[in-house]
Amino acid sequence: MSGVLGKTESLRDAYGKALVELGEKDPELVVMDADLSGSTRTILFGQKFPDRFFNVGVMEPTMMSIAAGLALQGRTVYASTFAVFAAGQAYNFVRQSICYNRANVKIVATHGGLLVGPDGGTHQIVEDIGLMRGLPGMTVIVPADAPTTRAATFAVAERDGPAYVRLTRENLPTVTDGSFVIGKAAELRSGSDLTIVAVGALVARGLEVAEELAKVGISTRVLDLASVKPFDAPALLRAARDTGAILVLEEHSVLTGVGALVAATTSENYPVPVRRVGVPDVFGESGEGWALLDRYGMSRERIRDEAWELLRARGKVQ
Amino acid sequence: MTYAAQSGHPGGSLSVTDLVTALVFHELKLDPARVDWPDRDRLVLSKGHASPALYAALSLRGFLPREELASFRKLGSRLQGHVDRTKLPCIEASTGCLGQGIGMAVGMALNARLRGAAYRTYAILGDGECQAGPTWEALMAGGHYRLSNLVAILDRNGLETDGTTESIMGIEPIADKFRAFRYHTIEIDGHDFPQILSALDEARRTTDGPTAIVAKTVKGKGVSFMEGKHQFHGKAPNKAEAEQALAELARVPEGRT
Repeated sequence: MSGVLGKTESLRDAYGKALVELGEKDPELVVMDADLSGSTRTILFGQKFPDRFFNVGVMEPTMMSIAAGLALQGRTVYASTFAVFAAGQAYNFVRQSICYNRANVKIVATHGGLLVGPDGGTHQIVEDIGLMRGLPGMTVIVPADAPTTRAATFAVAERDGPAYVRLTRENLPTVTDGSFVIGKAAELRSGSDLTIVAVGALVARGLEVAEELAKVGISTRVLDLASVKPFDAPALLRAARDTGAILVLEEHSVLTGVGALVAATTSENYPVPVRRVGVPDVFGESGEGWALLDRYGMSRERIRDEAWELLRARGKVQ
Repeated sequence: MTYAAQSGHPGGSLSVTDLVTALVFHELKLDPARVDWPDRDRLVLSKGHASPALYAALSLRGFLPREELASFRKLGSRLQGHVDRTKLPCIEASTGCLGQGIGMAVGMALNARLRGAAYRTYAILGDGECQAGPTWEALMAGGHYRLSNLVAILDRNGLETDGTTESIMGIEPIADKFRAFRYHTIEIDGHDFPQILSALDEARRTTDGPTAIVAKTVKGKGVSFMEGKHQFHGKAPNKAEAEQALAELARVPEGRT
């Protein structure tokens, strides 16, 4: 299994280091945090550029409006905190101060999803992709590994307007070559029997299951849909045409996440069977992060079962 | 404007009109020919529902044609119900949902400090808005960063949608709250121009932190049947009421010429 996965690295460290590089290139760049700079790794920028770093304490909504006020004067502003605070606590401030104002604020939210682990259900937001994707003008990126995190941190700076980047607390194995482009899906594995579309931490599990299926002669395409908005509709519809079935993996509520996006896009354009592996309509709980993914329906076994279900539905296996 | 639109917020627009007038015609460095002039002073209407007062003042100051005022709240208009910078460039920040404009003003003031820019930032807050927690988050930040280029002006008309602020969720002692949040706080009559101008002068001379101006005002000021009536917070006048209101507002106050 380890053959398909690269070195395990921290997405948050990759973000913090990329911020320092951006700060060197852009003397106007400002970074904000809400008392979590050690965890989000914005501290790396803060140590290097203390004059352009504002740790506002526990006021996530107002961090967003201050960030917008700074950005409207022509600056690029990065604002970081945990995803539950960025997308949840501060939602209407992201909506009005940032998106409605078209302010150039890049929200990089760490600790998305169940992989938050022991902190429990209060902090495990599995609704953020849906909330952020629904905002007009918002770019939404969910990197699967450190190289994509680094590339996405740079890419959102190049693109004028608001962005939301969702990172994971846990270190993740490298699955991409870091050649991330906004609006493009990365085909990590080619295949013709089935397509797995995945984001974030579940991309690695998707690759592992694809590898297992290959051993019994099933050819599985794996698409990393890190760019959730805008997303690569042509690549998705090509996969629907070529493979005839799509399995979506996301560490997010299946009600409003990437699975919903894939199902809606295929049914409007090229209907094929789609199955969604993600968090059902429930809150999480305390526990070790990876064990939570297993408990809440995102185990390798579950992914494999859903894959077989789709293959049977398409008459590709008995 | 609210009559023509048959919706809107006349009461809170009239209470803030004298403050907006003093800012737009006297205090703010503005140039209608250059809305993106980097050194212009910034005005954020955190109580974005008082948009008619700001639109009227900006129109008279030359930022938009007077005829455009009739389009307020109508489909396709630049004059949105709550001020919108993406449609009307002379607006610094789109506001509406309360408790956000003051935070954006803090960001603008921080930017000036970082850049060494001389412009000043003014935010107009409503008193109902002072019940919102994020208002105090933003005020706390302005105090913490000692933003002497920031002025928070409170339109203290005492009324919100459902009644008086003090009967619904009291905000008093409001001036003490501003002081506790490290604001040089000045209490004035928000309809007395010498007092307004003198407070703005005092704010400019205050160099060790932000200034708060608590301006006591009358909701619906200048229109007898609206004054002090929360019922005109979010309700437009009918035709007869609008005609009477305009006639009353056109009258020169006693003792003035």
